[in-house]
Amino acid sequence: MNAMFRISGAGRLSQAKTASFSFDDKSYVGIEGDTLASGLLANGVHLVGRSFKYHRPRGVLSAGAEEPNALVQIVRDDARKTPNVRATVQELYDGLTAHSQNRWPSLSFDVGAVNDIASPLFSAGFYYKTFMWPKSAWKSLYEPKIRAAAGLGVSPDKPDPDHYASRYAHCEVLVLGGGAAGIAAALAAAETGVRVILADEQAEFGGSLRFESGARIDGQDGYAWAQAAIARLKAMDNVRVLSRTTAFGYYAQNFVGLVERVSDHLKNPGHDLARERLWQVRAGRVVIATGAIERHMVFANNDRPGVMLASAARTYLNHYGVAVGRNVGVYTANDSAYAAAIDLKKAGVNIAAIIDLRDNPAGPVIDEARALGIEINFGRAVVSAGGKLRVSSMTVQPKHGGGGRTIPVDAILMSAGWTPSVHLFSQSRGKVAFNDETKRFVPGTYAQDCVSVGACNGTDGLDATVDEAYAAGAKAAKEAGGKAGKGARPKVDAGESWSRGMLGAAPGAGQGTTVKAFVDFQNDVTAKDIRQAVHEGMHSIEHVKRFTTNGMATDQGKTSNMHGLAIAAEELGKPIPQVGLTTFRAPYTPVTFGSIVGHARGALFDPTRRTATHGWAASQGAVFEDVGHWKRAWYFPKAGEDMHAAVNRECVTVRKVGGLFDASTLGKIEVVGPDAARFMELLYTNPWEKLETGRCRYGIMLREDGFIYDDGVVGRLAPDRFHVTTTTGGAPRVMNHMEDYLQTEFPHLNVWLTSITEQWAVIAVQGPSARKIIEPLVEGIDMSDEAMPHMSVREGKIYGVPTRLFRMSFTGERGFEVNVPADYGEAVWEALWAEGQKHGATAYGTETMHVLRAEKGYIIVGQDTDGTVTPNDAGLDWAVGKKKTDFVGIRGLTRPDLVAKGRKQLVGLKTKDPKIVLEEGAQIVADPKQPIPMKMIGHVTSSYWSENCGRSIALALVAGGRDRMGETLYVPMPNGTIEVEVTGMVFVDEKGERLNG
Amino acid sequence: MLLIRCPYCEEERPELEFRNAGEAHIARPTNIAAESDDDFEKFFFIRANPKGVIYERWRHIHGCARFFNAVRDTVTDKFVMTYKAGEPKPTKLPGAAK
Repeated sequence: MNAMFRISGAGRLSQAKTASFSFDDKSYVGIEGDTLASGLLANGVHLVGRSFKYHRPRGVLSAGAEEPNALVQIVRDDARKTPNVRATVQELYDGLTAHSQNRWPSLSFDVGAVNDIASPLFSAGFYYKTFMWPKSAWKSLYEPKIRAAAGLGVSPDKPDPDHYASRYAHCEVLVLGGGAAGIAAALAAAETGVRVILADEQAEFGGSLRFESGARIDGQDGYAWAQAAIARLKAMDNVRVLSRTTAFGYYAQNFVGLVERVSDHLKNPGHDLARERLWQVRAGRVVIATGAIERHMVFANNDRPGVMLASAARTYLNHYGVAVGRNVGVYTANDSAYAAAIDLKKAGVNIAAIIDLRDNPAGPVIDEARALGIEINFGRAVVSAGGKLRVSSMTVQPKHGGGGRTIPVDAILMSAGWTPSVHLFSQSRGKVAFNDETKRFVPGTYAQDCVSVGACNGTDGLDATVDEAYAAGAKAAKEAGGKAGKGARPKVDAGESWSRGMLGAAPGAGQGTTVKAFVDFQNDVTAKDIRQAVHEGMHSIEHVKRFTTNGMATDQGKTSNMHGLAIAAEELGKPIPQVGLTTFRAPYTPVTFGSIVGHARGALFDPTRRTATHGWAASQGAVFEDVGHWKRAWYFPKAGEDMHAAVNRECVTVRKVGGLFDASTLGKIEVVGPDAARFMELLYTNPWEKLETGRCRYGIMLREDGFIYDDGVVGRLAPDRFHVTTTTGGAPRVMNHMEDYLQTEFPHLNVWLTSITEQWAVIAVQGPSARKIIEPLVEGIDMSDEAMPHMSVREGKIYGVPTRLFRMSFTGERGFEVNVPADYGEAVWEALWAEGQKHGATAYGTETMHVLRAEKGYIIVGQDTDGTVTPNDAGLDWAVGKKKTDFVGIRGLTRPDLVAKGRKQLVGLKTKDPKIVLEEGAQIVADPKQPIPMKMIGHVTSSYWSENCGRSIALALVAGGRDRMGETLYVPMPNGTIEVEVTGMVFVDEKGERLNG
Repeated sequence: MLLIRCPYCEEERPELEFRNAGEAHIARPTNIAAESDDDFEKFFFIRANPKGVIYERWRHIHGCARFFNAVRDTVTDKFVMTYKAGEPKPTKLPGAAK
C-alpha cells in the first residue's frame, strides 16, 4: 500500500520494494531507496524535531547533507544509538528505528518550548551575559543545568561494537563530487589512463541531476546519463568509484580525508562489514566539483514544518516520488523555485501562488509556470508563515509595505539563490573572491594543485559546467602524467540555468523588526540576533559568529553563513567583502570518532612487546607489569602468597641461593668499527680506550648540559666491538642520541651502530649459586673467578646455543647475564631453570629486581634521577674520566649551577620506625614545625620493604645530602610526620664481598 | 599530512616517517671544554624562533634513518627544500620572493 503522499509514476524508486520503519514508536511504510526524510514525508510527516534553544517544532528543510533541522536518533540496539543523524542522509532499511530529539515529554507537546515564549530572555550572547554572577554558582548550578538542557540526542552508554576500516590510496586525479561536473571531469581524466578516484556523498551519483528534470545529455535524461557514465567508469581498471563517501577534509599537499558509509544503510550489516571506512587519499591533482547549496528566505516563522528549500521539494518529487504537500506556496528571489513549482503542478499538486520578490523578472520558466495557470505575484514578500506544528498559511504583502493577504498552504517552497560550496577549496587554503555582480564567493587564488568546476566555481548552466569540467579533468590528468584521451565531451542537449537571488533578511524581517526570522536553524539564530550583535559592538564577522553562534552548529552554516554575513554587513553599512567570510574548517560534515580511530583501539591501540620467556612466566602464574610497551614479569606468587609475601621470598632466596630473572627488555646496541672506542669515549663519561677485550664497565651517558641521560653495562667483545646495554625505556632515545652525534657531529669516525635489543634474550642468574647453575650448560668458557672475574664478558656456547656471557651484577651477588639469540631464549631459560631447581633457586620479577638493587644503592635512571641530576649528585663521580678532554656533557658539568654547593644529592634514608615504608615521591623537610608552605629540601626516589634487612629502606634526593649523614629529617604525610635518618646508599654488604661470594 | 623529501632516499615520503631534531647549522665547538659560559649558553640554549624561513634538522627515522637539513617556512608550514647533513646553508632558496 502506498503512503499518502507517494505519487504513482513519479520518482525513480521501485514502489514494489517496501521498507517498514518506525519514528517515535509509530510504524510507517517507505520504499527501498528512500531516505528517512523522504519516507516520513511520503507519510505526510513534516514535524521531526525540536530546535536547540527555543524548542520550536521543526521539519525537513533540505534533501541533503546541509540539513540543519531534521536531526534524529537512530537506534539499532543498546550499543548502537547514533544521535544527530540527518534524516535527509540516513537511508531507509526495513526495520529502521528512529526517535526525535530535544523534546519532553513528546514531540508535539514539548515543555521546553516555554523557551520560545520566553525568548526575549534568550537573546544573542545570553550565556555570556546571564551566568556571570555569582562566580561560585557556575560550577555548582549553571554549568550542570546548562549541560543537562543542552545537546541533542542521547549518547550510547556501551562500547561501540562496530568496527571501522581505514585505507590509504593514491591517484593522479581525485574528483570530489559526482554530479554532472564531477562525472564529466572523471570521464575526461579516466580516458587518459591515469588512476582516478571519484567520490560522492550520496547513495546515487548525479548530484542536481537527481532533481533537474529538464537536463538532457548525450540524447538521454540527465540522471540516466549519469548512471550510464558511472557504469562506464566503474568498468575501467584505473578508476575507483566511491558512493556514500564524503570528502570531509582537504589537507596539505593534496591529502584529502574521505569517509565512506559502508553499512549504515543496511538492515543486517553483519560483522564482516565495517560500519565506515576512512580513506586517506594523496592525489596528484584534485578536481573539486561540490556544487552549490540553495539558501532559504529569511522571513518570520520560516522554520515552521513544511517550509523547505525548493530544490529539496523537487528532489523529493523527482527522485523519491513524494509530494511535500497538496497545496503548496512558493516564495522566491530567483528562477529555480519556478522549476519546482512546475514539476509539482505537473504531478498534480496545487500551487497556491508563487510569491517572487523581484519586480519584473522574465524568462522561459516564468512563462511556463504562467502557462500552467499558476498564480504569480511579483514584487511581493511572504512576511510570515502561519501554523505551529505544520505551516498552514503564508501572509503576503507588497515588498515595500501595504495591505497583505493570507493564503492557506500546507507547504512553502523557498529559494533565495544558490551558494557555491567552496568549503573544500577554502580548506585547501585557497582564497575566495567575492563576485559583486552575482553576490557570491567563488574560488579566487589557489594554494594547491586543484581546480574547482561547475556550480562550486560559480559556473552557471549545465552546458558551461560540463564543458568546464571535462576540460579541467583532461588538463588535470595531463599535468599528472596522463596521455591524450580518446573520448568525446558529453553533449548537453538541454539544461537548466539560474543564478542570482538575494542575501540577508527579506522584507518584513529587515532592520527595525524583531520577528523570528531564522538565519541559522540549527542554532536558533535570527536576523534580529545578528543585528543585535552588531549593535553590541561585534564588528568583525568572526565576533558576530561567536557571539550569536551563527554557523557554529554541526551543519557549519551551510545554508546560513551568507545570510548572516549580509545582515551584519547591512547593519555595519559596509560592503560584504569588507566584513569578510568566516573560515571553513574540516570536517565538512560530522565525522565519527570510530572512523578516525579505525582499528587502533583495545589491544590494537598500542603495540605490546613480549619477551621470549613470556609464555613460561605466564605458565608459572607470574603477574605482569607494563614497562613502556613491554610486558614484564612483576613477581611470581606461589599458592597463597600476596605480592608482599612473594617479593619477600624472592628477595631472600636470591641472596641465600640464587634466582633467575628475564632482563631481555634492556636496550642493547652494538657499537662496531675501527673508531668504536673513540666513539664510546665521546658518548660516555668513562674512559674506554684502555678497557681490555673481554672486560665490562658501567657507563654513564650525559646530555650536553651535563645531566645523566642513561646508564648501563658495556662489554668489549673485541678491540673494535662493544656490546652496550641501556635502560629498558631509554633504548630508542639512546640509539637516536648516538646516531645523531655519529652522523652530524662526529661523521669522521668510522663506526656502525646496530640495535640488537630484539636479537638477544637476556637471562640474569644471580646469587651465591649462580655459577653452579650455569656451569653445567656452558661449553668453551672457563668460569673460574681467575679466568672470568666480576665485570667480564666471554663468548661461547650454552645449552648448545651461542652466548655472550656477562659476569655482572645488579643485585650485589655473584651474577651472570646470559645473552642468547632470542629464538632460543625460552629453551635456554628452561634449561637454566631446571639446573636452578636443583639448588633451590627462584624465578624473580621486576619488583624483586628493584628491591635488590636498592639494597645495594644501584640507581635506576629515570626513577632516582629526573633529568636534573649530575653524576656527582648521584654519587657517581668515580665514573667520570678525570683525564678526558672531551665527551658529550663535559662542558655542561662545569656550568656554575652544576658545581654550586647545596645541590640535591642521592642518599639513603632509614625511617626511625623500621616498619614504616615511605611513599616514593614524598617530600622531605628539615623542620616539621615550620609554617605551611614548608621549605622542601628533597624527595624520596625509591622506597621498599627489605626482607633481607628486616626493615624499610629508601633512596632520596636531598639538598646537600652527603653533608647530612646521620641527620634526622622529616617526611610530612597526611597521617602525621615520619622521622628519617640520612644514611649511605648501600644497605647490604657495604664492602661488596658478595660479588665473589 | 605533509610530504617531505628525504635527500638521501631522493623521494618524497609522508611526514609520519620523519622526526624533527631542532635547529640546524649549530656546530658543536671542537674544544667544547674550553668554551666560556656565555658561548656555551649561545651554543646550547639559544635558538632562533623566526616567523618565516627556518633551517632545521630532521631525521628520516622510520626510513633510511639519516639526519638531514630542511628549510621550512613557519608561516605556511611548507618545506622549501631539504639537503644532506654537512652541506652548507643554502643562500638562494628555490621560489623565494626576494
